[in-house]
Amino acid sequence: MVRPAHRRPGQSRKAQYSLFVAYVIAVTGAVAGLLLAILSVVDPIGFAQLRVASQEIAAPVARASRSVIGSISGIDDTVGAYVAAGTQNRRLRKELADTRRELVATSSLQEENRQLKALLKLQETDKTALANGHLLTSTSTSSKRIALLSIGRNLGVAAGQPVRGADGLIGRVLGAGPSVSQVLLLTDVDNVVPVRRARDGLPALASGRGNGDLDVRTLNIANNPFKPGDILVTSGTGGLYPPNIPVAIVVRRQDDGALARPLADPGKVDAVSVLRPYTPDNIEAQGLPGPATPPAAPAGAP
Amino acid sequence: MKQKGPRLGEPASLWRMRIVPIASVMFASALPLMLPLIANSPVLPPLGLLFFLCWQLLRAEMWPVWIGLPLGLWDDLFSGAPIGTAMGLWTVASIAVAYSSQRIYWRGFFHDWAIAALLVAIIQSLAALITHPHAATGRVLGLVVPQIIISALLVPLFMRLTGKFDNFRLKRR
Repeated sequence: MVRPAHRRPGQSRKAQYSLFVAYVIAVTGAVAGLLLAILSVVDPIGFAQLRVASQEIAAPVARASRSVIGSISGIDDTVGAYVAAGTQNRRLRKELADTRRELVATSSLQEENRQLKALLKLQETDKTALANGHLLTSTSTSSKRIALLSIGRNLGVAAGQPVRGADGLIGRVLGAGPSVSQVLLLTDVDNVVPVRRARDGLPALASGRGNGDLDVRTLNIANNPFKPGDILVTSGTGGLYPPNIPVAIVVRRQDDGALARPLADPGKVDAVSVLRPYTPDNIEAQGLPGPATPPAAPAGAP
Repeated sequence: MKQKGPRLGEPASLWRMRIVPIASVMFASALPLMLPLIANSPVLPPLGLLFFLCWQLLRAEMWPVWIGLPLGLWDDLFSGAPIGTAMGLWTVASIAVAYSSQRIYWRGFFHDWAIAALLVAIIQSLAALITHPHAATGRVLGLVVPQIIISALLVPLFMRLTGKFDNFRLKRR
């Protein structure tokens, strides 16, 4: 590229001034921007409303693209079904016969299960969700792991509520807009979850690595008790996350703890539930209908 | 008398000349949040930033140096980084591009590539460090390294895309 001609705009005072003013604006603006960034790291809640507006813009497109891509894979399936119709038919008939036999066995097991659960009086109330939705999209260009949830304040979602999928914990609500809300995923670097080992209740802290895995550290540094295959569930310590939600499975040991993989992959989970935060007044009011009191928004680690 | 085709010497539409670059950067910034993709790590290259740099490398004097402020703010709203990060870093980048176009007399393709890749690497690393001030520096930088490599490899593609947009921008009616 040729060197631009107008870098030194000749004798024209007007051109010289306008170039100078542009630089002044740029430098002050850059400094102000970086100060703003530091400020919004310190106080993320103050700027959440600004971001909500942009997400309300992006959400309809994300909904549309989600449905379009879903239908594209549907077309795939339809074509494949025509090609394999004959063999599929035979296979399905065989499966149907097997399933009928299994169904009879299962129904008796189900009844037995129901009776046993009634005996144990399992707390089903804490599993009731405040609202259900699905994850629309997520930030994929920055190191922050935030996903967009398809429901917002219209269904009672508020900041600080835990979010789980069928397989396990997904994260917590960072901020709620009118019709979408943002979820800080479990794997974000700044998300710390108090967990315990399901087998023996060994308490630990799980923090995101930012690349889809979790770091697990015990509170007791002296020994490293983790083994690959250990299941970690939320402990309920410190509020926010209700106890006994599956979180992660230990993949391998590390020098200072273990590397774990989340049990619920937010990329594959279809529907997620927003739960009531595990705060003292919510625990007392469990089972009672009515809106949960909006908790103080957690800053950083819960 | 109705004329067919452009009149001789008629300039391109002023409106289109101004809107196309800004609209392309804004759309590229917003696009990642519109795809049904739940990412577990920063997998997509920073599309808005790449277009922003390529436009400035292609047309050095099209924008004033402060253009990074509004475009950066727009990008911050969609990227998930703290608001103000891209505002500051993008503006510093456009000052750097303006400086480089003064220093390097005959800037070629490989100069442009190197400048864009370097700036993307610096901006993404600093943005990650600003986003996670309490985390270990090495780990945070390790997160963005794959993204930086992908971005550096994609710079020529974005240059070509920007060139296509530029042809459209300056096309006569």
